[in-house]
Amino acid sequence: MYRFLVRRILGAAMILLIISALTFFLFFAIPRDPAAFACGKLCTPETLEIVRRNLGIDEPVFLQYWHWLVGIFTGRDFTYGHCDAPCLGYSFVNQEPIFQALVDRFPTTLSLTFGAAVVFLLFGIGMGMIAAARQGRPADKIASSASLIGASMQIYFVGVLATWVLVDQLQIIERPSYTPLTENPLQWFYGLLLPWLVLSIIFTANYTRMTRSSMVEQLGEDYVRTARAKGMSARTVFLRFAWRGAMGPVITIFGVDLGVLLGGAIITEQTFSLHGIGELSIKAVINQDLPMLLGVILVAATAIVLFNIVVDAAYAFIDPRVRLS
Amino acid sequence: MTAPFLSVRDLTVDFSTEDGVVHAVNGLSFDIEKGTTLGIVGESGSGKSVTNLAILGLHDPDFTSISGEIVLDGQELIGASRRELERLRGNKVAMIFQDPLTSLSPFHTVGRQIGETYRKHTGASRAKARQRAIEMLGRVGIPQPQSRVDDHPHQFSGGMRQRVMIAMALVCDPDLLIADEPTTALDVTVQAQILDLLRDLQEQTGTAIIMITHDLGVVTSAAHEVLVMYAGRAVERGTVREVLGSPRHPYTWGLLSSLPRLSAPVDVPLVPVRGTPPSLINVPPGCPFHPRCDYAALAGPGLCGQERPELSPHRGHGDACYLTPAQKRDIFLEKVKEHL
Repeated sequence: MYRFLVRRILGAAMILLIISALTFFLFFAIPRDPAAFACGKLCTPETLEIVRRNLGIDEPVFLQYWHWLVGIFTGRDFTYGHCDAPCLGYSFVNQEPIFQALVDRFPTTLSLTFGAAVVFLLFGIGMGMIAAARQGRPADKIASSASLIGASMQIYFVGVLATWVLVDQLQIIERPSYTPLTENPLQWFYGLLLPWLVLSIIFTANYTRMTRSSMVEQLGEDYVRTARAKGMSARTVFLRFAWRGAMGPVITIFGVDLGVLLGGAIITEQTFSLHGIGELSIKAVINQDLPMLLGVILVAATAIVLFNIVVDAAYAFIDPRVRLS
Repeated sequence: MTAPFLSVRDLTVDFSTEDGVVHAVNGLSFDIEKGTTLGIVGESGSGKSVTNLAILGLHDPDFTSISGEIVLDGQELIGASRRELERLRGNKVAMIFQDPLTSLSPFHTVGRQIGETYRKHTGASRAKARQRAIEMLGRVGIPQPQSRVDDHPHQFSGGMRQRVMIAMALVCDPDLLIADEPTTALDVTVQAQILDLLRDLQEQTGTAIIMITHDLGVVTSAAHEVLVMYAGRAVERGTVREVLGSPRHPYTWGLLSSLPRLSAPVDVPLVPVRGTPPSLINVPPGCPFHPRCDYAALAGPGLCGQERPELSPHRGHGDACYLTPAQKRDIFLEKVKEHL
């Protein structure tokens, strides 16, 4: 277990290094000048030069990347002042320290992600199990068609519709907002309830279908037949044997989904005006804000890599055939 | 005369599929006594496994219709309640499957898998079930059962896994053991060990065994009686000596002729049964084997294609074929025996 963790964390660091380098060089491969963009329309060549120096993009790209990398561990000095480690630089647009911006926004994204994950795991796996247990019967058909409809929904459509109906017309749910959990748990819950539900619709649909097909596959396995032949009831077979085999694919996808969501639920955040990592990433792209772009990409990549390690560990826990070394 | 321990009468199993109704087993009857082994032989799709899953009531009732009688020790199994069947399975009737790797749960230790069967049927404590599991692993010849009891199936070799499977099947001292191709997935030396083990355990416990196989070698070494199945029907039945020594049905002849022999020159080609097994959705009228039979014309014009021959005589060495006893004897002696 220890060796597994060390090996995987080293690998993860390597991946993050490669991703940040790729982002860096791709950014400068785009034939547009971020300095000109930041400087605006009435820009003289002299001011452009100053802006360029302020942004730190007057140096060769390799050197810039090196400074950026070293800055994470040692901090950096900019014309605006000193940036403490871990320093991810300042935003090109509003000189906001990137690290602080990420720290400020992350709780929103974290709350959104985990709340939605609880909802879609509960309903997705639950409905998938019921559908598998009632294969071909009405419950299965309802769950299967509901998940097909759910999977074809768009978040902005459902989001706007749900807000209009539930918030504006019926007034049974509060207008979405983010209140820190530590400040007011109840307000935190009510404010995020609608985003959670809307964000989890598509995921619930996917998890229902995946759980169902995975369960159906496991129920056709030889060892399930053996369990029946030993006198185990259908219920026992379902709960003691088949689910363990069925959870493998579900956990794999869950690891990826969780990572992606922590990198920012862009559409959901936009739909409900939540200020999370997703909002930052959209702005970073639009404003050609390299430090911010690197920051949000790093968050997303870290989340995905991290949850992949967690998934692999979970796999070994569920299936004794999987070894961690 | 007392009733046989297991009596199957006119068993018919139909599956409804999208393509039509599959007549997997069609009017099958056989008996088996305690302490004896019945070998059921036939090619894939002849209804061997379907028959035995029917004994345990393991078919999905939504797609299957079963009729006839299966009487085990005085209890009618067709139409028995789910609870009754669950109490029976693993307890009075146990089953061993072909591939011990996929047939054991990969997620649980062998001790737990053996123990849970015991606990289910005896209500024993966890500790007692574990003791019983160790005892059973020892009985089926697994070395150091105390330490292996906590291993998972993937940590055993193929032969050892099949021993685990047997230990699991025998943990409640069943009266009837159904072994569905128990040695097919194993290599030949291990096959012999497993068959020896089953024979020894049978001598100790007096269990009746149904041995499903397509390997006539297994039948010869492991069974007392044989039932040859074709297209869901019994075509020949008798003791091993009768059926394999003086076979009467053309299909049995075909099976025997297709076997390789050590004594034959290497360049003599094997003789397969010509044609392919019939569709079980549109079973040919009359004798299901007649389209592939070389001797159908001898029985009389068109006879084999009209009416289905019954297994006769009812007891002892019986076969379902319209040829006269003299014809069968002559054909066997002249045409078949030289290939054996």
